[in-house]
Parts: sequence; structure tokens; C-alpha cells
Amino acid sequence: MKQIDLIIIGGGSAGMSAALAAKKQGCESMLVLERSDALGGILQQCIHNGFGLQLFHEELSGPAFAQRLIDALHQAQIPYRTKASVLSITPDRIVTYVHPEDGLCRIRSKAIILASGCYERTRGMISIGGKRIKGVYTAGSAQRYLNMENILVGRRVFILGSGDIGLIMARRMRLEGAEVLGVAELMPYSNGLTRNIVQCLEDFDIPLYLSHTVIDIQGDTRVEGITIAQVDENKQPIPGSEKHFAADTLLLSVGLIPEETLLQEAGVVLDPKTKGAKVNAHMETSIPHVYACGNALHVHDLVDDVCMEARVAGASAIKDMEKKTEEACTEVIAEGEISYVVPQHITTHEKEDVIFSFRVKRPLHHALITFENKTGVFQQIRKKVLLPSQMQRILCKKEALDGHGAIWVKVREE
Amino acid sequence: MMLDVCIIGAGICGSFLAYDLSHYKGSFAVVEKEHDVAGGVTMANSAIIHAGYDPKDHTLKAQLNVEGAKAYEAIAQRVHAHYQKIGAYVIASEESQIAQLKELQQRGNKRGVRCELVSGEELKQAEPHVCEAALMALYVPDTAIIEPWEMALRLMECAVLNGVDLYLEEEVIGIMHKRDYYEVKTSKQTLCAKRIINAAGLGAERIGKLCDGASPFHMEIKRGQYYVLSHHARDFVHHILYPLPSDKGKGVLCVPTIHGNILLGPDAQILSEEDTSTTSQGLARVREQLTQLVKEVPYGEVIRSYSGCRPCGNDNDFYIEESAIHPGIYHLGCIDSPGLASAPAISRYVLEAMHISSWERKEEWIENESVIRCDEMEDDARKALIQADPTYGHIICRCEAISEGEILAALRRPIPPRSIKEVKKRVRCGMGKCQGGFCEVEVAKLLARESRLPLHEICYDGAGSELGEEAKG
Repeated sequence: MKQIDLIIIGGGSAGMSAALAAKKQGCESMLVLERSDALGGILQQCIHNGFGLQLFHEELSGPAFAQRLIDALHQAQIPYRTKASVLSITPDRIVTYVHPEDGLCRIRSKAIILASGCYERTRGMISIGGKRIKGVYTAGSAQRYLNMENILVGRRVFILGSGDIGLIMARRMRLEGAEVLGVAELMPYSNGLTRNIVQCLEDFDIPLYLSHTVIDIQGDTRVEGITIAQVDENKQPIPGSEKHFAADTLLLSVGLIPEETLLQEAGVVLDPKTKGAKVNAHMETSIPHVYACGNALHVHDLVDDVCMEARVAGASAIKDMEKKTEEACTEVIAEGEISYVVPQHITTHEKEDVIFSFRVKRPLHHALITFENKTGVFQQIRKKVLLPSQMQRILCKKEALDGHGAIWVKVREE
Repeated sequence: MMLDVCIIGAGICGSFLAYDLSHYKGSFAVVEKEHDVAGGVTMANSAIIHAGYDPKDHTLKAQLNVEGAKAYEAIAQRVHAHYQKIGAYVIASEESQIAQLKELQQRGNKRGVRCELVSGEELKQAEPHVCEAALMALYVPDTAIIEPWEMALRLMECAVLNGVDLYLEEEVIGIMHKRDYYEVKTSKQTLCAKRIINAAGLGAERIGKLCDGASPFHMEIKRGQYYVLSHHARDFVHHILYPLPSDKGKGVLCVPTIHGNILLGPDAQILSEEDTSTTSQGLARVREQLTQLVKEVPYGEVIRSYSGCRPCGNDNDFYIEESAIHPGIYHLGCIDSPGLASAPAISRYVLEAMHISSWERKEEWIENESVIRCDEMEDDARKALIQADPTYGHIICRCEAISEGEILAALRRPIPPRSIKEVKKRVRCGMGKCQGGFCEVEVAKLLARESRLPLHEICYDGAGSELGEEAKG
């Protein structure tokens, strides 16, 4: 069987960033496997701007951001395959993939990084009533149709969910001449970035119905209308609050889920909250030398954050390659108004600073974020507003983490 | 041209009839109002080949279910359709139900259906997720699963290969009695036939009325709703789990599918007209009734819900009769559960009524080609396949790992898919957890390329479901 040092699954922003970081650490034998016919991942269909403010200090479109990474990958002469789909990985790190020219291949790799992105929650997962007819799309697939294939999937659009892709698509469909009848959000607050609420809805007078959901879809062969209703505090529709819209298209922007299938089938321990793998500060999963990063690990808001996280995974995969024994671990515990923290554990003797990523469960005002270990609070940050739609990334110094046991990350309102 | 037999309906019964008739000399046609074979009742049900212990004695259902179930394995192999004998447990969870369980066992044994009683402990060992209350179960090893639309398609493609005409998207709108034949007027043409088989599923009563003035049978429409669980939940149950059947039907079941999903359902609701919507109330009924069967249901793995309508009536038995007014017209009414399991026997029953044994058989009969399923192949065979045709190495549907080659092969079979949903029915693209979010556009592009249509004209399902319009840019 062919042997290699590193296989990276996914040639999007995370996979390419991990590959570049691994190369920087001197990795000479690696392969990036990308299933679609081009590198760049989902960025290729995100033709709006706003990418790269942190990483490149300028506002780029998705494809332009991707191209910078692709150019760097070419410059570093990192080998990759497009149209290569990984079918399985095993705990002893044998990767099986298929490719039109390579055929069915098995490669044993010293390390694997999973950077396969995420997928959208669908109508099926949220069980909206009605028939299974044409006209219900996830926002991302409508985006793909429009931006990559030049097809407008509808003329009178309603959007369920105020996630960023939904908001972006509200503006995009409007600019293409479609009527956007409204956006309904189950929660009493929006789930998108504030700048997207302003630039994509308010600037176009598109109404946002908070605490509303779609309860019915009408039509026989294609969508002819939808009904929304207000929901109570238990998210149950309130009778009498129904509103009807003569929409021909319903777009869903109701959440993203890490693409975890390969890891789950290999037996990696998953975090039920992120739905991605549980990792340590090096982005290493419960299987040694198997890493996860980017949206395949947990869903990010900004591609810049994806790239920075992926660099940690890429560099660690090479630095830790000769590591034989597993290091002792200590838990990172999320408490209070936090929904999850990544990493979920750190090594007992952490040798580097660690960035903790987390989200809050609900919008908070005058929030206090504290990091504690058994000796007490070692770091605290105050924030005027904390929103679930904004992932927080906070760096803790290695001195505070080394040898002090479990870490508690807590958030509360003051 | 005079048809010897005109079959109305291309569901599972129409497909078995067409398949069986294609072995005989004569001229046969199938008329179907939907865009595809297996577009109605056959598309949305529990996909089970019930073994036959359940129907009451002295019913057609009892006779045809047992016969049909026994015929399936061989025929599935012959036409290259999936069939898996996974076995079933019928579960009693109250002392008062045990007598009924024993009655089912006796009924089964009398009919030659293998079944044995097992204790609650044994059951829980085999199926750790059955509810705590489970006391005893009837184990039925020969209960099987199929993919109903695949079975119908394979049968119908054999029929088409052997000279049966298939007219899709043609609704029968009139039937006229001529001197010694019938005129079948469809939305597109008029066919002349010596005999008609009304296998129209939910439309059978309407066709009955067209034939005889008043339909000789009455049907009610019963809708059942289901959840589908992803592959991640494949270990939730390994057998079909039934509660004890009641007058209302077989109850809410857990059913593993051929491709590693699990179906939960159906509820049962009588409707005044056909409606395959799902409702929150219906799905709530499924969840509620499941608590009496299983525990720790992984609802987080739900990837889809759907509903199917079944034609029921005739005091809970099939109505299979030759018209009393018009000889040569055969009605298949009220074909609800176990219609799928009985279908091979229903076909034979009808053909025997036509004295098929005196008809002349064809000397030659063309078999359909087997279907290449990459994920079911050994490594070496798959390597050789990709080397010979690289499209088999290009995965289009990531959730189900379906290659471009498999889709192209489906497009070139005798009954080619013409829409996204029809590709999905044939090769499973879009049946995974992303529900086509990633692959739908790729499938549409292949359909556009192969049919030389612009992409935006590709349909999701039938006419009127075109993808959209070209953006002005």
C-alpha cells in the first residue's frame, strides 16, 4: 500500500490553509483530496464581498479569496486531486478514495486532516408539512444554481431562517429581479451577522418576521404558497397568527452541520453540540493523528477564522507526527450561557497559547466571560453585547493552561 | 392495432402484470397517468414483503399474500432488484395481547409461514431498543424488504424489452364498449383492447366507474406518514418491528430499508381525496405511537418525512373481480397492505382468470441487464470498472456515494429517467442526509447534457416543475 505523511480531505479554505501550514513545517509528502472539480470549496459560489478582512486586510469576494489560497498552493507545489471522493478512513489511517483516473485507491497516511466543510439543514430535518414538490431549496443550493449555473429558481421568494446564507440570498435574488416576500426566523432574534441584516434586508425593505416559522407549503407540482405563523416561547405555532404568502419558492437557511460522516464511521468521538469531532488544542480528534478543522469541525461565521484554525491543524499534524504516546488530557468545560467550546479538551501540559472558540446560547447584554481553573479565574473579558450568531475566539496564554487541570469557560450577564 | 390486454396503471401490480404478460405472444400495453412507473401508491409505503400470517382466514389477502411473498425472492433475482429477508418481530407489550400473538402464530403456521414465539429477553437481546414493556414477540424470519419502485421499474423494463408498450403521462378519460372489444380513450390517444385490467391503484374506483357506469367497489383513501432516518441510525433496529396489528391496520412500525435507512411510521388517517402532504399532527401521531414499540428513537437523525396514500375498503380485503357487466374487464380494487407483498400472486390470479395457461408462450424472452452498483462491488471489480470507464470514479452524490457512471447508465436503460426525482428513484442521488443540496444541480446538468435541453428546463418531477429561468446576469 502506498504510504504518505499527510492526507487532507477537502480542498476548500480549511484544507488549503492546513496544507500550506503543513508545508511550512516541512511536510514533503502530502496530498489534498477535493471531491468537486475545482479547489476553493463553497467560497466559489459566494460571489459577494466581505471575505478576508482579518487575513488579507481587504474585502474580497469568495472566489477572489479562494484564488489567493489556490495560488499559494500552486506556488508551494502541494499536490492535490480534484474529483477525488474519500469513501472511508480507518482508525489506523488508511484512506480510501475514488477518482476517475486514479481509480479506487487506498493510502496509508501518518496523519489525516478532515476539512470537508459542512452541509445545510434541510426541509426533511425540520419536517415542514405539505407535499414534496419543486420550489423548496436550501439557500446554499439556490446560491449554487444562481451564481454558478445562472439559474434563478423562483420569482416570488420567501426565506425561512435568518442565517447568513439566507440573508445573502435575499439580496442576491432581489438583485436578479425576484421579489423577496419576507424572511421568517423561529427565534426572537436574528441568526445572521448584523451587517447582513442591514445590508441584505433593511436596505431592500425586506420584512423580517421574528418568532415565526413556516407551517405549511401549498402546491401540487411546485410551490404555490406558504403559510407562516408566530410561535410561542416553546416554539409552537400560535393558532390565529397565520399569514399567507403567494410564494413560488421557499429558501431554507436553518442551520449548517459539520460533514462528520467519515469521522463518525471511523469511530471518532463527536460533540453532540457542535456535531463535529471533539478535539484538543491541536485540533486532533480522539483518534491520534486524525485532525479536523474548519466547518467540518464546527460551523464558523468568517472564513478568516476557518483559515486560522486550519493552520493550527496543519502545523500540529506535522509537529506531532513522531509523537508515540497519547498525552494526558484535561477537560474544557462550558458553563452558563455558552452552547459549546472548541477545543473540548487540552493537554495537561499545554506548550502553546490556545484560542478558544465558542458561541452563546442567546443574545446577552453586559456579558462577562471568565476562564477559570482550580486556582480561580485567570482571565476575564467584558462584552457589551454577545450574540449567538457571532463566534467568539479568545486566546489564553500557555502559562495559564499548563498544569492546572480542567478549564471552565463561563459566560453570564452582569 | 388491437391489443390483447390493456393494463391501466404502472404501479407494482401493473408492473407484475406487464412482466408476466410479456412472456406470452400477443399485444399488450400499459397506460399510466403519472410521469413515471411507480409514481403513486408504490412510491410511498413501508416497502415490506409481509410473510402472510396477518390477514384473516378465508380472505384473498391471506391467500395472495402468502403466495406472493414466496415468489418474490426468485423474481427479484431474475430482474436484478434488491430483496433482503431480514425478518420481523411482532411485539406484545401487555399480558392481554399474548393470546392474540399466539393466534397469529397459529394462523401463520397453518399457512406454512415460519414463525415462533420468543421471550421479551430474547427480543431485547436481538433488538436492544425495543421498549421496556415488551413481553413477548412473534419472530417471523421470512419477512423481507425491497425497494418497491425499483422492483416495479425492473419488471416494467423487462416488459418493455419484450414488446409491451408503455404510455406514460396518459390519463384514461373514457372506456367504450364496442362489439367484441373496448376503446380506451386516453388524454393523448385511443387504444383498442380485447381485455382491460384496471390496476389504477388510488384511481381504480374512477376507472371502475368509466368501465361499468358505477364502480362495482368502493374505496377509501388512507394516508400514512413516515419519518426517514439517516445511515447513522442504521443500528437502531435490525429487523422490522411491528406492534400487534389491530382493526385499524398494522400500526406504526420500524423498518430498516435496503440501503441502510430506517423508516418510522405510518400513522393512519382517512382522507376524502388523495393528498400526499405531511402534517405536524400526523408525524406527532407517529412519535406518540412509537413510544409503545421502541425507546431512544434517534430523532436527531431524521432526514426526511413523507406520506403515502393507499386505497382500502371491501371489508379489509382486496377486490379482484371480472366486471359483471363487461366481460374481459378485470378490476383490482382496494389493493392496500399487503398489496406489495401480494402483487406477484395478484398478477397470476388475474391471468389465471383470463385462462393464461391456454395462451401461447414466446420462444424467446430478453432479460434486462444487471445494474452496476459501485458501493456493492469488490475492490478489484470496481478498479477494473473505473479503468474501463472513468465516470464510475467520479462521485456525484456524496451522501450515497453514487458515481456519474451509475447515473449515465440509468439514463440509458429501457425506461430512462427524465427528471431529477426519477434519477433519484433509480440511483438514490439525493436520498442522503443533504437531500440533494449538493448533488441535485449535478444530476440536473447530466440530464441536460444527455437530453440536450437547457439546464433551466430540466424538471424536478413532472411537467410544471422546471428548475427555473436563466438569470439575466
